[in-house]
Amino acid sequence: MADPVHFTIDGHQLEAQPGTLLINAAKQAGIEIPAFCYYDGLTLQAACRMCLVEVEKTPKLQVACTLPVAQGMVVHTNSEIVRKARKGTLEFLLTNHPLDCPVCDKGGECELQDMVFRYGAGESRFVETKLHEDEQQWSPVVYYDRPRCILCYRCVRICNEGLGVNALGIGNRGANSEIVPNMGDHLDCDECGACIDICPVGALTSGTYRYKTRPWEMEHAGTICAHCSNGCKTTLGVRNGGIIRANNRDHSGINGEFLCIKGRYAFDFTCHPERITAPMVRANGELKPVSWAIALATVSKKFSELKARKGKVGIIGSNHTTNEENYLLQKFARQVLGTSNIDHHRTGDVATLLDALHGKTGALATMADLYNTKAALVLDSDLSQEQPLIAFQLRANFRHHKAHVYVVAPGPVREANYATTIEAAIGQEFEALESLREKLAGEPELAIVFGAAIKGDAIRKLVTFGDSLNIPVKYVGLVDYSNSRGASDMGVLPDLLPGYHGIAEMGLEPGLNYDQILTSTELDALWVVGSNPASRQPIAAQNAFVVVQDMFLTETARLADVFLPVASAYEKSGTVTNVTGEVQKLVRAAKAMGPKPDLEIFALLAKEMREDIGAGKPEAVFQEIRRLVRGYDVLFPIIETGGAVPTMPLNGRVPTEPAPELIRSARNTLFTSGTLGRFSTMLNSVLESPGTLYHQPPTPEPEPPVGTVTA
Amino acid sequence: MLTGKSMTFSPALEERFAKLLTSYPPGRTRSAVVPMLLYAQDEVGFVSRELIDEVAKRCSVTPLQVDEVIGYYSMLHRHPIGKYNLQICTNISCQAVGAEQLMEYACRTLDLKNRETTPDGLITLEEVECMGACAWAPAIQINYDFHHKVTPERFDQLMAALRDGSYEKKAS
Amino acid sequence: MLYNEPSPLEVKVVTRRFGMANSTSIETYLATDGYVAIRKAMEMTPEAIIDELKASSLRGRGGAGFPTGMKWSFVPRNSGKPSYIICNSDESEPGTCKDRLLMENDPHQLIEGMLIAGKTVSSNKGYIFIRGEYRYLIEIVDRALAEAYAHGFLGKNILGSGWDFDIYTHTGAGAYECGEESALLESLEGKRGIPRLKPPFPAVVGAFQAPTILNNTETFSAVPAVLRDGGPAYAALGTPKNGGTRMFCVSGHVNKPGVYELPMGFPLMRLINDVCGGIRNGKKLKAVIPGGSSSPCLKAEECDILLDFDSLAKAKSMAGSGGLLILDEDTDIVAVALRTIKFYAHESCGWCIPCREGTTWLKKILTRFHDGAGKPGDIPLIEELSNNMFGRTFCALGDAAAMPTTAFITKFRDEFEAYLKKSTPPVDTPELAVV
Ligand SMILES: Cc1cc2nc3c(=O)[nH]c(=O)nc-3n(C[C@H](O)[C@H](O)[C@H](O)COP(=O)(O)O)c2cc1C
Ligand code: SF4
Ligand code: FES
Repeated sequence: MADPVHFTIDGHQLEAQPGTLLINAAKQAGIEIPAFCYYDGLTLQAACRMCLVEVEKTPKLQVACTLPVAQGMVVHTNSEIVRKARKGTLEFLLTNHPLDCPVCDKGGECELQDMVFRYGAGESRFVETKLHEDEQQWSPVVYYDRPRCILCYRCVRICNEGLGVNALGIGNRGANSEIVPNMGDHLDCDECGACIDICPVGALTSGTYRYKTRPWEMEHAGTICAHCSNGCKTTLGVRNGGIIRANNRDHSGINGEFLCIKGRYAFDFTCHPERITAPMVRANGELKPVSWAIALATVSKKFSELKARKGKVGIIGSNHTTNEENYLLQKFARQVLGTSNIDHHRTGDVATLLDALHGKTGALATMADLYNTKAALVLDSDLSQEQPLIAFQLRANFRHHKAHVYVVAPGPVREANYATTIEAAIGQEFEALESLREKLAGEPELAIVFGAAIKGDAIRKLVTFGDSLNIPVKYVGLVDYSNSRGASDMGVLPDLLPGYHGIAEMGLEPGLNYDQILTSTELDALWVVGSNPASRQPIAAQNAFVVVQDMFLTETARLADVFLPVASAYEKSGTVTNVTGEVQKLVRAAKAMGPKPDLEIFALLAKEMREDIGAGKPEAVFQEIRRLVRGYDVLFPIIETGGAVPTMPLNGRVPTEPAPELIRSARNTLFTSGTLGRFSTMLNSVLESPGTLYHQPPTPEPEPPVGTVTA
Repeated sequence: MLTGKSMTFSPALEERFAKLLTSYPPGRTRSAVVPMLLYAQDEVGFVSRELIDEVAKRCSVTPLQVDEVIGYYSMLHRHPIGKYNLQICTNISCQAVGAEQLMEYACRTLDLKNRETTPDGLITLEEVECMGACAWAPAIQINYDFHHKVTPERFDQLMAALRDGSYEKKAS
Repeated sequence: MLYNEPSPLEVKVVTRRFGMANSTSIETYLATDGYVAIRKAMEMTPEAIIDELKASSLRGRGGAGFPTGMKWSFVPRNSGKPSYIICNSDESEPGTCKDRLLMENDPHQLIEGMLIAGKTVSSNKGYIFIRGEYRYLIEIVDRALAEAYAHGFLGKNILGSGWDFDIYTHTGAGAYECGEESALLESLEGKRGIPRLKPPFPAVVGAFQAPTILNNTETFSAVPAVLRDGGPAYAALGTPKNGGTRMFCVSGHVNKPGVYELPMGFPLMRLINDVCGGIRNGKKLKAVIPGGSSSPCLKAEECDILLDFDSLAKAKSMAGSGGLLILDEDTDIVAVALRTIKFYAHESCGWCIPCREGTTWLKKILTRFHDGAGKPGDIPLIEELSNNMFGRTFCALGDAAAMPTTAFITKFRDEFEAYLKKSTPPVDTPELAVV
């Protein structure tokens, strides 16, 4: 750290690191310098001129967003001429900005409104005619209203710099300047909606939210996205018990300002017309709605009977139910039903990775690590499609820290426009790795992010390769769905107990695995919780008693004898563990009338069967998990207050037989989300081919865009 | 977008493009975007969607990056114009010696408003900014040819020449 | 070719070959001690060349009048990075029409000037950025470049020195702002002509992110004379700190408008009366716009002044680009003010708010005002909006729009008041104009 420079703002003696921008130095001292175009982490524009301040000994007003503080600098941010300048700028802005605030989505959350309120002139002297242009629809979810646009270029920068999508540009000149989409009159992009979130005014609005409500009529619940494994925080706006908006206005999540299309728009499955809200029991061949009492009684009666005669039960757990639910389900299986025939659709070989890393500390990278690591290696994953937040983190790391990123993948990847990229077929990765060995060994540290194609012994081989580099290496084993990692950690596995204790420790035999359960013809009962195996393979157990817990009548649910409708991730509380092993809290946003959380269902069933697996209260179960599950003795207050805490490393082996054949990536893209995605009307309304965006030519060399301070 | 069917141009223009693409430092073919658009427009008549994709491909940039510059430069246009692009400067030096009256005269005699084209597609009339002929004002350009100190009489002669095809290059 | 009769009072340095039989050909150029200066430069150290320029007190002819020698000295030499020589031939400042003549009549002089710059900072590439409307000049300059290559003044191992230098022409496509040096560089890189943040200045981070010498066409064209005859000799032609001659582009209400090369510091009134034959039709002088449309006008009584950067700056105007517009007593200043702001509104790149919205708003007010629908508040409003733009915009275009407007309305307030007297204010109900 260099010696700080000393300077004065509004009479306060301050100090900051050399090179600190005046606008940030002021912020650190709690002095607000208003700005539109300045945005932390994006290139500098100095375009809006809202941040003009008075610097002694300089004739003109200075632009605080690009001016580094200097020794002895004396600044006034609230002098008469500064106030006058701000008034002037705002008056200029309002000449073409329509004053349609009462019908504007942004009304109440609008930065221009706030600025005019704080710094603006009372009345406008503009009596000429305003420019008018009709609103444009660029995609099912993105609308652009030119007259409202103040041309701060934030949207262009977040799209080009932040996402690397380059779907937005600037068209025309002078007063006719406007933001333009990449397809002339529409967008072909990730539809992540970052441009909408970052827009300070109502120029860019969301197709799912526009004209739905006034912002202050909503309550907000900051919870975890229900879709992929990255675990972004998404803030749900709720009115009358219904979710009408998702965004991340408070950037408190591990995803900062990032959300992808699913996190931002795909919450509408909660109110999909095909959502089932009443339990159903099959009577002469047909599923008929019944009361919860009858449904639960039917199941517990059957389970008790099978338990008595040691019948054969198979259980398929979920990779998107909460940790508490996963934990309680396996407890129910082993303690109540006395079986280890329990498994889930494994989307990554977590157990083998943890075993390969046993004894190492700090060998698992967190989301934050991916933004800070000096170098990263990506294996067999099209990140921007399958792991969007990780893609965002690595790109941001490159932009802000010039991190070296290497990608070995079977097909084209968007990272190609900044990373060292080698195309190698699945199975050929290691040859490619050898060709990179020297470069990698030369890095001070490395984070290796690998896809599900690397499993079983390949993982051990990869870790050996990592060790051979003789530099600190961290790993991320990619998985899909919002809680795959949790399902594995909680022991929803035939041979492993919660925290990866061998089943033998309880003197038990490993049970049937996922494939064995689905192909076994002798099952007396099949219990499927939050999973849809029948969409991927036939279920052999023809005359088994089938219980299914889900939100919709999926392929699997259609085979059920008893169907129990459940609450979605946005309608319950609990915890989930993301791809980087970070535990986060779900906050109940909406109310589900009829359906129950899986957790409550397990508890009620146990009660019916006069068994004690503890109260079905998420908080209580989580405390039990913290006590009993290896790696989960995590800091409770942080999680409770909406933070993310990484699980602890294991300090022993993981006694498991490698079963690579059971590892199957869901291969979800930005526009699919397993069975859940099929029930998001909005997700299915967006037909995109973002792949085409990959073929964009790489920029010749990372070069600061217009307005970047290079000196 | 970058895989549209490719356009071809006259041998002379193709040669010019080939030279253009080697005129800039390595990896800087984007520099050729503006010249390529202008030269191509002179041959094709206007900047079509197809031309945008073509230039994008040749300069290895995205169509959006090409699109962005078109709206910025006033000499580039997205729609066909007349055979002769008649531009009348009315900026202050020309204004001082009657350019605005000349513009009105042009509108009246050609029965056109600013930026309109004669029904026969022969002449497009445009009022433009200073074109660097201030000392010899009022000045006009017909396509790229300068005509200085243009009086209404001279203007009539020129228009007649455009119509009867006797107009040939001369920067008077 | 020449478009006006030369004046006997001219001191021809950069225009000395104008009017000669095929003055553009390299033979003519060589026959009139062309490419002598570059041979000299080959024998000189960069420091020596820069000292010669400093001694000449040559100042930029593009508008800002920055000392050329000093500018060249800012370029880090042998930084390992490549460096570039850029000629600004975008000539778009209303009232200016000289760079055009230099390329049309003596392209080799410009090429030699750029060669000397290239040699000074050991650059290997130069570009001549020519405004799109000057298409015919591209053909002329390309022909001259071809000749220079053929004679070994360009290309590999120039004059056996082992030094390589290439020059290319690059066309603009209609944008005044691309004359601003950093916007020009963006345009050269195939982007919208949006100016860059400064610092860093082009000398350090310019074309393609590399150190760059960027000068006006006339500035480069003067360099061969400076090296050939020596800095002091060149300086002696002008006034202190304003060395040499410059091309004055005289337009408007004089008997003999034209482009004339005269010593720096030539008296304005002599230019009007002795060089240009006085105001036409025996009218009286009302005002002079002395350095292109961006420069604040001078009232007749202020015109007893010397035409050099410092004298005009002292009079709160500028020598700018050397374009002088002479206006007689019948001129409608409001019309001139309107046409001026129309230009800047049309040419504003749109990047920053005060310039984009300020020029547009002023244009709207002045249009209404000129149409006879002015309102009492308009005059102070025009004045205040100009002040709100001045010094607050991203680049100097905002100032260039504000300065003349302020000057018109303060110096000729009476004319604006007169307009008000005959106006009929409109009802304040703006309906929407569709763009
Ligand atoms: C809006 C604007 C337009 C300009 N246009 C021109 C121009 O057309 N030609 C020119 O040589 N300089 C122009 N300049 C000045 C250039 O930015 C730059 O100062 C000049 O080319 C440097 O060359 P010089 O030092 O030889 O004058 C312009 C500046 C501004 C702010
Ligand atoms: S990246 Fe994953 S977690 Fe984040 S918003 Fe998108 S789907 Fe949700
Ligand atoms: S924030 Fe400084 S100019 Fe916009």
